[in-house]
Amino acid sequence: MVLVFVTSPDDELSQQAGAFARALGDVEAIAIDSTGYAPAAWAQTIVELIEQRDPAAVLAPGTDRGNEVLAHVAAKLDQPLAANCVSVAAGEPPSVVRVRWGGSLLEQARLHGTPLLMTVAPHAVAAEPLSDVEAVPVTDALSELDRVVRVAERVQTPSAGVSLADADVVVSGGRGVGSAEGFAVIEELASLLGGAVGCSRAVTSAGWRPHTDQVGQTGTKVSPELYIACGISGATQHMAGCKGAKKLLAINPDGEASIFASADYAVIGDLHEVVPAISTEIRKARGG
Amino acid sequence: MNILVCVKRVPLTGGKIVLTDDERAISTRHLGFTISPHEECGAEEAVRLVEQHGGASTVLTLGPAEAEEQLRDVMAIGVGGAVHLVTDGSEWDPQATANAIVEAIRAQNDPYDLILFGNESADAGNYQVPIRVAHALGLPCVTGIKAIAMQDGSLRCEQEVPGGRDVYVVPMPGVVSVKEGINLPRYPSVPGRLRAKRKPVEALTPARPEPLLEMVRLTLPAGAGKQAQVLGRGPDAAPVVVGVLQELGLI
Repeated sequence: MVLVFVTSPDDELSQQAGAFARALGDVEAIAIDSTGYAPAAWAQTIVELIEQRDPAAVLAPGTDRGNEVLAHVAAKLDQPLAANCVSVAAGEPPSVVRVRWGGSLLEQARLHGTPLLMTVAPHAVAAEPLSDVEAVPVTDALSELDRVVRVAERVQTPSAGVSLADADVVVSGGRGVGSAEGFAVIEELASLLGGAVGCSRAVTSAGWRPHTDQVGQTGTKVSPELYIACGISGATQHMAGCKGAKKLLAINPDGEASIFASADYAVIGDLHEVVPAISTEIRKARGG
Repeated sequence: MNILVCVKRVPLTGGKIVLTDDERAISTRHLGFTISPHEECGAEEAVRLVEQHGGASTVLTLGPAEAEEQLRDVMAIGVGGAVHLVTDGSEWDPQATANAIVEAIRAQNDPYDLILFGNESADAGNYQVPIRVAHALGLPCVTGIKAIAMQDGSLRCEQEVPGGRDVYVVPMPGVVSVKEGINLPRYPSVPGRLRAKRKPVEALTPARPEPLLEMVRLTLPAGAGKQAQVLGRGPDAAPVVVGVLQELGLI
């Protein structure tokens, strides 16, 4: 039996974790019946279930919370944990393939431990409906340390415009934009397409844009219909954030830039000339 | 206030990753090294908290002899001293890494009020070392933090979630893992670099246990290396680009 810790029956990443787990045995999906997130307390609840039900493996989706709760479980049991797995093969011990470098590299590893502890990388497998999710209350047998780490307050942030993570079009600028002011042409094109503005890590490090605009391994992961990368070289740090885009258009003066190896469409040229020309052409096409 | 910040030496990857012949590492023949981005922010946060509240800060790494370069880089922005858990460069799994860090922390005379980590390393991305260290030391752990405020012996930590921020308030001492964006790290100054050369580095050599998450080999994901359709050169390409936008139903 495989225990899968999920968020809800309808959550896509939870359904993917459930589908992944079927390779290891019969799935028992559980969700913690609590509105207040408390990672160590939730992990203690799962540890009790492990003691009662003796699963061969315990899985969770490779989300912030899935990874956090399972890491607490692993620490409490002093067992290894393989985070963000894309596949698993039976064996003594089983082999897993897991994500490194935000998806730019894969690692084959042998996972020892009882039970096997794994989280499932988002979109590694197709989601399948979860037939039954058992709501488990948080255990009463908690230490003070388990109780103390909990969400004390939720501060709502007012949403301004199209969110980067959900935008259908993202127009992103890199080092090639050259300055904070240089982003005016990027903003204009994004606005014409009803999209969001993104940027690379070089741009946030230079202080030209806030980190909330950063697309990449340590920024926001985006999955738009179209990603327009302007003056971005295509470092793995950046590509880890935009590989979910359905189509990628790269605009770069260097025909050898590595971004072109990940692009569907290429324009070789200076973004300061090309981007305004595209905006002008869009206005023309719209009869304005 | 006594703060420890833990960092990891990682290759500064460019656009294309090339593996070594034994497929167990990234070929770094043409690459420099850095620390993980989240950890750069962890080091900056340690320096800022000491600037605000007084006290001392130390940087710790587990890595090969060459990782002293990264310890000096971190000390160059103002961290006071370093602990180097020296390895032969072979891979340490997250459990072994956490255990070695715990041993090193226990061996310090002056206990830490705050232990900072990056949320996950840039390379291995195991998402668990801070939590294991906190658990072993009996300390609270909050992860993925984008704002830290110290108030009356406790830490108020904010975590970004869809639509807002979740706030945790935990007593000190505690373990906090941070994410890039919590601050904008400063660049080291020349005097800072010179001072860093004279700062103390305590070197320890922990024994490496057999890994329980045992890396076998690395592979590059399939699907890299597309052949992009060149729409044109310079501003003359604009009409063709707009044609593509229309095909995609975006205008």
